[in-house]
Amino acid sequence: MATLKELSQIEERFTGGHRLCAGCGIPPIMRLILRAAGEHVVATTATGCLEVGTTIYPYTSWRIPWIHSAFENAAATMSGIESAYNVLKRRGKIAQDREIKFLAIGGDGGTYDIGFQALSGALERGHDMVYVCYDNGAYMNTGIQRSGATPFGSATTTSPAGSVHPGKQQRRKDLTRIVAAHRIPYAAQASPHNWRDLEKKAQKAFQIKGACFLNVISPCPLGWYTKPEDSIEDAKLAVETCYWPLYEIEDGVLKINYKPKEKKPIEEWLKKQGRFKHLFKEENRHIIEELQKEVDRDWETLLSLDGKRLF
Amino acid sequence: MATVTGTKKVVGLTGNSAIAYAMKQIDPDVCAAYPITPSTAIMEEFSGYYADGQVSTELIAVESEHSAMSACIGASAAGARVMTATSSQGLALMWEMLYVASGLRLPIVMAVVNRALSAPINIHCDHSDSMGARDSGWIQLYSENVQEAYDNLFQAVRIAEDKRVLTPVMVCMDGFITSHAIENLTLIDDAEVKDFIGEHEPAYSLLDTENPITVGAMTLPDAYMDIKHQQSKAIAASKDVVLEVAKEFEQRFGRSYGLMETYRLEDAEVCVVVLSSAAGTTKVAVDELRSKGKKVGLLKPRLYRPFPHEEIMEALKHCKAICVLDRADSMNGFGGPLFTDIRASLYDAPERPVVINRIFGLGGRDYTAEDAIGVYEELFKVVETGKVERLSAYLGEE
Amino acid sequence: MTKKNITFAGIIFEGGTADKYKTGGWRKLRPTLDKDKCIDCLICWVMCPDSAVIVEDGKMVGFNLEHCKGCGICAMECPDKVKAITMEEEEK
Repeated sequence: MATLKELSQIEERFTGGHRLCAGCGIPPIMRLILRAAGEHVVATTATGCLEVGTTIYPYTSWRIPWIHSAFENAAATMSGIESAYNVLKRRGKIAQDREIKFLAIGGDGGTYDIGFQALSGALERGHDMVYVCYDNGAYMNTGIQRSGATPFGSATTTSPAGSVHPGKQQRRKDLTRIVAAHRIPYAAQASPHNWRDLEKKAQKAFQIKGACFLNVISPCPLGWYTKPEDSIEDAKLAVETCYWPLYEIEDGVLKINYKPKEKKPIEEWLKKQGRFKHLFKEENRHIIEELQKEVDRDWETLLSLDGKRLF
Repeated sequence: MATVTGTKKVVGLTGNSAIAYAMKQIDPDVCAAYPITPSTAIMEEFSGYYADGQVSTELIAVESEHSAMSACIGASAAGARVMTATSSQGLALMWEMLYVASGLRLPIVMAVVNRALSAPINIHCDHSDSMGARDSGWIQLYSENVQEAYDNLFQAVRIAEDKRVLTPVMVCMDGFITSHAIENLTLIDDAEVKDFIGEHEPAYSLLDTENPITVGAMTLPDAYMDIKHQQSKAIAASKDVVLEVAKEFEQRFGRSYGLMETYRLEDAEVCVVVLSSAAGTTKVAVDELRSKGKKVGLLKPRLYRPFPHEEIMEALKHCKAICVLDRADSMNGFGGPLFTDIRASLYDAPERPVVINRIFGLGGRDYTAEDAIGVYEELFKVVETGKVERLSAYLGEE
Repeated sequence: MTKKNITFAGIIFEGGTADKYKTGGWRKLRPTLDKDKCIDCLICWVMCPDSAVIVEDGKMVGFNLEHCKGCGICAMECPDKVKAITMEEEEK
């Protein structure tokens, strides 16, 4: 278990000077994950905030080899890179002792939705890669449109808080469980506020052979209508309310990594975010109740699975 | 499966088997593909070579053509020699990634077995698929028969990987007509293939972790146009490399290739321009009409992208009337894609020939030597009367 | 107009060039450190979205104001009992 002092001595391979918003949740996640990746790592990033914000020509924040090819294909692109590594090593074009790690990254748009097929295919084929989803709960890069990860009731620009349809009317996908159902060796949920847990999970994911998956909640001041300084606190509240439980599924066994001593009401998380403001109107209160029920049900389910073998 | 065994130099193979065999001989680093009729057998047979350890390629059996091209892009950017094959809807699904492959200047080689596009769904030959991809920044070579498809594949590797080019190449052949017909062809020895294509030396590699590069960065108006200009110049210049490679190929293996093939064109009054297998059919008509003293000729473009407009103009400028046969419609009310290119090329001719267009063979509709004779007769009528009744029309339809 | 120094295929052949790009101008609030209070827990460092907290030999020594966008996460995450970082109005 690395300390922050130790981690701070590892080279920073994600530089400042990028154009991500002030208070963006993505960079702290990436900085930690890159430290866990080891010395030699190649990354690909799906189209999205991270890709656009970090590689505005001729500036790049990446001190590792990095490629962007499109929105829906990070996992497929990395399949090709990892396969090239395997064959070029076999054919003696890469030193036999050179171990390279492979990291594919997408937002919730590039992972839950448009990139889901490519992700599923790559997981099934079992490429030795780590796929990281930074889940900020909407298509933030293009201006806050709803995604399959957008929470029930949330207002986005394509699920606005109208008088007839007050925000998103559908529940979000449980992507972590869907991904785990591919029977990959490791899938986990994490949050940037708990850096120890996130770093540990990233370490594990890079060490385990095969396709591993990390779903990390990523606060977005722009799309959540929150204060930039609150980003880490907002991620923490998502965990404390059990909206975003920290758990992992390793070799088919589910383990909850953090159980709040006192599970906070979902309202506490919602009330800080402008995207849920409309839910506090009297006529929409029932949505908060429904959301609370959903969170309770999901948390109960998770508790019942804690320590159990899923596959 | 009719895979090749032994070292017999002349064998009978389908187009698909010949491509699969050529790929076996090339033994690329990575092959990512998804099956689709009529190109499926290429990957099936290549998978057979893989399963038996006759190639040491990394074979990625992806879940879609979009992912096939995406994986090819990743692998090529990682410094691998990469090949794939597809048809029709598969090529359509790759569309987005075709532009990424060419924009990133990745020398991927892809066999395209031409097939009609839906709707209505149809599995048979036409050129709607690759014609739609004609402006995607890929070099396109069209093959008349199995031998040409086989030979073009090796040349494609050399063209794509040439430092002056670094552009992906599609080798097209006609679905079923060529892909599924057994023809005799002369094979090249494995060692000679290896010697001809040489080692792959990538322009850049993501696997060089000591020298980290950022590939596919976001460009703004201050850079994008310059990068596209680089690409445009490279594909234009690839024409010379196509000729150089063809010359070397001929020296080594005796079969001659150019930017185009002309057939009895030198003194022809009227000419047909057509791609791929239909050129073979048209040659039969040319011979028959020539035996009756009619001055007819044929031009079959081999390199369609980049478009060798000057050479084509030079080859055609003496004709009085020309019919461009398009196996795809542009759905633009003006004519097929080959027609508009040929007609534009002839604009600079000192005396412009009449150029008409006929769309033919869509979705596998038969095209016979009689059809070709009909086209030549129509051209003679145009020459005699000086009138064009229908500039662009569907062959044999009112 | 021809653009100079355009690389092959728009590839950036060097890592971390964004280091040279200044985003400090985005800042409305500037973080200031009271080193006497600081316990070098490095929470500010790990949570900084702009890699703008400077750590030397395991000690927090200040901010890279060329990159800091003034989001205030460092001040917010500085432990309650420490509160060594405050956000102050950027001088106009």
